[in-house]
Parts: sequence; C-alpha cells; structure tokens
Amino acid sequence: MCTTCGCGAGETRIEGGHAHMHRHADGTVHAHHHHHDHPHPHEDDRAPGHDDHDHHHHGPGGTIHYGRGPAGNSVPGLGQTRLVAIEADVLARNDALAAANRARLARARTLALNLVSSPGAGKTTLLVETLRRMAGVPVAVIEGDQETSTDAERIRAAGAPAVQVNTGKGCHLDAAMVGHALDHLPAVDGGVVFIENVGNLVCPAAFDLGESARVVIASVTEGEDKPLKYPGIFATADLLLVSKSDLLPHVDCDTELLIANARRVRPGLAVIRISARTGEGLEDWLAWIDAGRRMARLRG
Amino acid sequence: MHEMSLALALVGLVEERARGEGAARVLTVGVAVGRLGHVEPEALAFCLDGAARGTLVEGARFAIEERPGRAWCFDCAAEVGLDRRGAPCPGCGGHMLRVAGGEELRVTTMEIA
Ligand SMILES: Nc1nc2c(ncn2[C@@H]2O[C@H](COP(=O)(O)OP(=O)(O)OP(=O)(O)O)[C@@H](O)[C@H]2O)c(=O)[nH]1
Ligand SMILES: [Mg+2]
Ligand SMILES: [Zn+2]
Repeated sequence: MCTTCGCGAGETRIEGGHAHMHRHADGTVHAHHHHHDHPHPHEDDRAPGHDDHDHHHHGPGGTIHYGRGPAGNSVPGLGQTRLVAIEADVLARNDALAAANRARLARARTLALNLVSSPGAGKTTLLVETLRRMAGVPVAVIEGDQETSTDAERIRAAGAPAVQVNTGKGCHLDAAMVGHALDHLPAVDGGVVFIENVGNLVCPAAFDLGESARVVIASVTEGEDKPLKYPGIFATADLLLVSKSDLLPHVDCDTELLIANARRVRPGLAVIRISARTGEGLEDWLAWIDAGRRMARLRG
Repeated sequence: MHEMSLALALVGLVEERARGEGAARVLTVGVAVGRLGHVEPEALAFCLDGAARGTLVEGARFAIEERPGRAWCFDCAAEVGLDRRGAPCPGCGGHMLRVAGGEELRVTTMEIA
C-alpha cells in the first residue's frame, strides 16, 4: 500500500510536480511509488497441513471466510498464537487527510465542491460554462481522470488554473491526491475549488476529499433508475444536477421519477435541472455556489 | 474497483499493528463490513488475498462479517433495520430515513504468531 495515503494500486500522477516527485519529460509527475516488489518470505515456510487452495465459503451469520489460512489457534511450527482486538477503521487514514484538507480550505475561507458522476455526464462542459460566468471570483480546478490531461487543458483554455491528477488504474480521487493537487494550485481565498472526480458512480462515494459539499451530476440520457442502482453516491450528495436537460425532447427520461428515486436514498436532496448547452438552470447553480461561498466565509 | 485500494489499506493497517505486537505472521483477520457501506464483501474478499502478498499478512484467513444496516425513520420516530439504501422503512413503508449505522469497514481482530 502507499503508506502516504493508502490510495492503493495504480500509478497516480499529478501535473506540475514538487520536491519528492519524479518529473517526466511531458510535465506529469509520479506522486509516489505505488508498486511493491516485496520478496515473498512466507512462500516456503507455510505450515504443513494447510489447505493450499484458494477458496471462500459462507459461514453462519453472513460471514465470508476467504483465503487459505489456518482456523485453529495453534499452528504447527509456529507455536501458540494470540488474538488481538483492533477495532480500527480502514478509511481512517484517508479521513484524517480529508480533515486536514478541510481545515486548510476553511482557513482560506474556500468553498470546495466535489463533482461526481458517471463518465460523460457533462462535468467538464458544465465547469467551463460555470467558470465563464464567475469572472472576478478566485477559482481553481482539480481534474481527476485515469489518463490524459485533456480536461485540465479545457479548464485552462477557459482561463482558470487547473491541475490534472491521473489516477492510473485507480478509479477515484482520494484525500491525499487532493492535498497534493492543492499544493500545486494558487490559493483562492474566499473563492471556489472545483474538484472533478473520476467519472464513476461507485468508487468515489467512499472517499472523503475534504470537500465542503458533494455535487452529483446525472444526465437525462442515463435513465431514471441510476439513484437506485448506485445509491451510495446519491446518498452522500448535497446537490443533484440533472444535466443535459436540452436533450429531454429526444430521450424518454422521466425526470420527476429520477428525482424521486434520488430522494429515496437522500431525503430532501436539493435538485437543479441544468443544460450547459442552453444555459437552463445555470443561474440557480451559480446562486447555489454563491450561497456556499458565503457560508465558507462565515466559517473561515 | 475501489475495493482494491481498501484491501491494500486494510492489509497495511493490519501489518502495522502486527509489527507493533512483534508478530512474525498474521494468521487470521476479522473484518466487519456494514451492509450500507461502500464495500461489496465478495469484491473485498477477492482483493484481500492479493493485497496481502509479500506482507506479514500473506496467507492469512480473512473472516468478513457483514453488519446490519440501521436507519432513523422520521415518520416512525424510531430506529429501524435497513437492508439496502433506497429500501422503504420496514415499519411504515416510507422513505424518510437517515442511515444510522451499518456503513463501517473495520478491522476487528487479528490472530498473530
Ligand atoms: N446536449 C448536451 N450535451 C452536453 C451537455 N453537457 C455536456 N454535453 C456533451 O456530453 C459529452 C461529455 O461531456 P463532458 O463534459 O466531457 O463530460 P464529463 O462528465 O466531464 O466526462 P468525463 O470527464 O470523461 O467523465 C460531450 O460530448 C459534451 O459535449 C449539455 O448540457 N447538453
Ligand atoms: Mg470531464
Ligand atoms: Zn417508518
């Protein structure tokens, strides 16, 4: 595991780079090593009599036993074993880094929005249209994608500072990546940091980034059932943007049902219907952001 | 698949604790997974074995225990059991629910030698 952040497999790269990172010719940077070429010291000393097959089975009470380890409390060749109670949260490391990000953003009275959606729901297009309408407000953007820096380039072309985080095989941003990315962005005191998460309706749900609010974007072409199929991400959202509303005449999407489904997993969820194409809903979205900025200033 | 990053984090956590206990090897690991959390026990189980490779935890047996979901129903003004997000309140059939438990991903125990 990456001991810096626990963000796991894959090769995270952050544009720009700083001291402990390796800079590459194309300007992208390896944040830290994510590969582990450990020797396998236990390969030969496995206790005799082990069941060496990979297996798992369901025990009583929904317990799944997996792996090939011994079940007893005395192992031939290893002597007496000890059972240690731990009670430790696996996400604690990420959550601690997220808390640090949150404190840092609060000190700068900055609103941070984590934008999550399936791939292609319209996050970057919406950001570009949003930034165009936020002249005078300090803004910065963190772009998360497995590969390419095209989204960050689209943001920079719109005139805002942006840093691309490539997660490699990783399927979500985590708090460490966002902390690194913040190091590479200008401070936006009193302004807004937009974080475009990796397009994925599942994995980003589990990872607190230290954001002020989570915005889930569902386009009208995706169908009404997404909140019920991917409840985790809707359940943790603070705002639902129903995007590409200009396409409604062309698709059979019941937006009322989509919204009702979202509120089943997140009662009272705020909703804005939005189109980056026609501008529908952008005024409400900008007003929502503005209200968030005022809250951030009150807290800071 | 975020279960892989979580599996790596879990193994890292166990290895750190095992080192602290002066263990030569970890034999079993108890894991609690909430039904309303973001982790699919089967997917996690699949990842754990690989994540443990090359660590003190290699070859350990992972006992994954699912923990029930709980929610507060505003209409019943009571805590109720909840099997999955989006499901109705078992008491009144309503959806005015706030999840109150069963989201965890915790290491509960380890057996070391
Ligand atoms: N008609 C219509 N098309 C849109 C709208 N917003 C985005 N699109 C189109 O949808 C496609 C995907 O848009 P993006 O903004 O790249 O989506 P994304 O969510 O950033 O995608 P990823 O970063 O790859 O997950 C593009 O072809 C956009 O032109 C909209 O409001 N209306
Ligand atoms: Mg994008
Ligand atoms: Zn009820």
